[in-house]
Amino acid sequence: MRTAAETRKRSSKIPDYRVVVGLGSCGIAAGGHKVMAALKDEIKKSKLNVALAETGCVGMCYREVLLDVYDKAGNLFTYGNMTPERLPRLVEEHLAGHQPVKDWLVRAHNQALPDDSFYAKQKRIVLRNCGVFNPESIQDYMDHQGYQALVKALKTMTPEQVIKEVLDSGLRGRGGAGFPTGRKWQFARDSRNDKKYVICNGDEGDPGAFMDRSVLEGDPHNVMEGMLIAAYAIGADEGYLYVRAEYPLAVQRLKLAITEAKKKGLLGKNIMGTGFNFEMKIKEGAGAFVCGEETALMASIEGKRGMPKLRPPFPAVSGLWGKPTNINNVETYANVSWIILNGGAAFAALGTEKSKGSKVFALAGQIVRGGLVEVPMGITVWEIIYEVGGGIKGGRQFKAVQMGGPSGGCIPAALADTVIDYDSVTQTGAIMGSGGMVVMDDTTCMVDIARFFLDFTQKESCGKCTFCRVGTKRMLEILDRITKGQGVEGDIELLLELADKIKVSSLCGLGQTAPNPVLTTIKYFRDEYEAHIKQKKCPAHSCKELLTYEIIAEKCVGCTACARVCPSSCIAGAVKKPHVIDQAKCVKCGSCVVKCKFDAIRVS
Amino acid sequence: MKKAKPAPKAVRGAADPAVKKVVARHAGNKGALITVLQEVQAELGYLSGQTIEQISRAMDLPASQVYGVATFYTQFRLKPVGKHLMRVCHGTACHVSGAGKISQALEDELKVGDGETTEDGKFTLETVACLGCCSLAPVMMIDSETYGRLTPDSARKAAKDF
Repeated sequence: MRTAAETRKRSSKIPDYRVVVGLGSCGIAAGGHKVMAALKDEIKKSKLNVALAETGCVGMCYREVLLDVYDKAGNLFTYGNMTPERLPRLVEEHLAGHQPVKDWLVRAHNQALPDDSFYAKQKRIVLRNCGVFNPESIQDYMDHQGYQALVKALKTMTPEQVIKEVLDSGLRGRGGAGFPTGRKWQFARDSRNDKKYVICNGDEGDPGAFMDRSVLEGDPHNVMEGMLIAAYAIGADEGYLYVRAEYPLAVQRLKLAITEAKKKGLLGKNIMGTGFNFEMKIKEGAGAFVCGEETALMASIEGKRGMPKLRPPFPAVSGLWGKPTNINNVETYANVSWIILNGGAAFAALGTEKSKGSKVFALAGQIVRGGLVEVPMGITVWEIIYEVGGGIKGGRQFKAVQMGGPSGGCIPAALADTVIDYDSVTQTGAIMGSGGMVVMDDTTCMVDIARFFLDFTQKESCGKCTFCRVGTKRMLEILDRITKGQGVEGDIELLLELADKIKVSSLCGLGQTAPNPVLTTIKYFRDEYEAHIKQKKCPAHSCKELLTYEIIAEKCVGCTACARVCPSSCIAGAVKKPHVIDQAKCVKCGSCVVKCKFDAIRVS
Repeated sequence: MKKAKPAPKAVRGAADPAVKKVVARHAGNKGALITVLQEVQAELGYLSGQTIEQISRAMDLPASQVYGVATFYTQFRLKPVGKHLMRVCHGTACHVSGAGKISQALEDELKVGDGETTEDGKFTLETVACLGCCSLAPVMMIDSETYGRLTPDSARKAAKDF
């Protein structure tokens, strides 16, 4: 807020440069606030005519802290990996000397740079404003076509026409299941009632996914505008934004956005004189993965334990407090204003036959360019990982990519030409999900990954359905046993049988999909399970209990570094003489391998 | 099960001022229980059995319902926490980047297990599902400060220096 006000105050004398620091959660975590504070000092000292501002996440998380420099003509230079120490040179050479510092540039309007390929295949609809302007300023949003879609819908379209436009766009729910958004709205519109609700599902619980967080932090008004349009279409006058408690910055920016929208008359009674009323409230989640399921989420808004209910009745008929309710996720709403402004046909022109538009993915794991990307549907997994994501870290071998979090599965490298659309991804056994994409290399054990997700779903099961509550526990025990080298013949078959039973006898999506990570890893990496069970070996050298550490006498120079770091003091040997590990005492922590500079420790 | 002894009348009547204030702020709001618990916890640090009873009386809800909600969601604590909260992320990206070793290093350094508080009451160590800073994995937070791209050594150092 303050920075935006400062910008406007100084605009009487047009600044030579506008410098913008990326302050999304990633940017802050990487030290964004420190860079901002140091930058303020430097600018003050130099007495230059430079305006400062902040923005949300532009998606290049691997280059945080990011700093944009705009010249008078609006040309953009982006710097990556900025630290307070780098600022004096930046100020001196670029802001005072008008020569961009080439060494640190990651993006520039007038030259090709290696990071350009990060953007080349992206199509930004949802993320179009993220990292472009100040998310804490409603004026900035309105200067970029903000709330014009709402004006268009309220003043020139009937609710039916709005729904038709969304139907024509082919937009499907971005929360995971992919139900057509327009049809969902139509159902809620058709439910006759004097009170209806719209809800935004911002309970992004998948470990490894941060799309919704970035959108809420980087462009809160866009999500709110989508909700307003949905409310007009279905005939609702009250809405809830349900946001994870773990996202304090998103909550803070939404609160501010609601206050500002009220001041501008975009929320409240008789919006823009059209007779349309809408109130919006924020509800902070309290930490329960199952609340991402719509009926559980509504129970949570009602102040109850977040346990799912049997459907039908669907929320469109009987939702929050028994009233017709439309519930979509953050990314779905963030597409709406663009569709209304540009038309459903423009959106439907992107993508494949059954999956239209673009999709946001959070790229993480062993990938060179981890961050947030938005790509058109129809692109392949390979293109995302190698062309957008820059390939695997450290030049290692691509093994699999996990899509859809705990409800999804692992797509092996052999299927990297899979096309991104709801149906193709489902065919592999994974799901599109909300958009988490965790890339794994040859050091990741697939049995351990399956165990990791089961551990998660088992803890998050609400306990209502017996198979989900007890079945996931039994599966976890089997997987635990296998990763500890205590697996027995028949374990794989038992896992498959339990998986099948849990899928068919669980009420909600959590249970129905919980076995997916196990099923896909068995399907594509059965040999790894067998190696654990039969040979008691972990081919990825990841499962601790199955490893042995040995010092190769010929390579050891006796520097004692390993002995000093060993927490269980199990490495013995004289200085400048080969050392030996006492296998009985070794706790297999791997500290010695990390410390050894001579590659003298063999792990097998 | 042994029946808990009811608290003396005088104590039962006096709700903590924080509880009174928060409940009054949300009077008349439908479904406010979770918000009330969040705000009371923010004031008092955790939800003791006594606090839960006080909330139940102030909101005219059965104590079992308040307790049921407080135990369902991971955010709510029924035990006091240390001065600083240390949360180690065990999301997928952090897991494949070695979050297990980070937790192990911190457990060794602070001599506590997961969810426990150090003897001097300085730190409570916790593992959490995902902090959403996946590209900086492995990550941990001490209070609101985030530490990214950790190694077991840098995690130990962060705990020592804090």
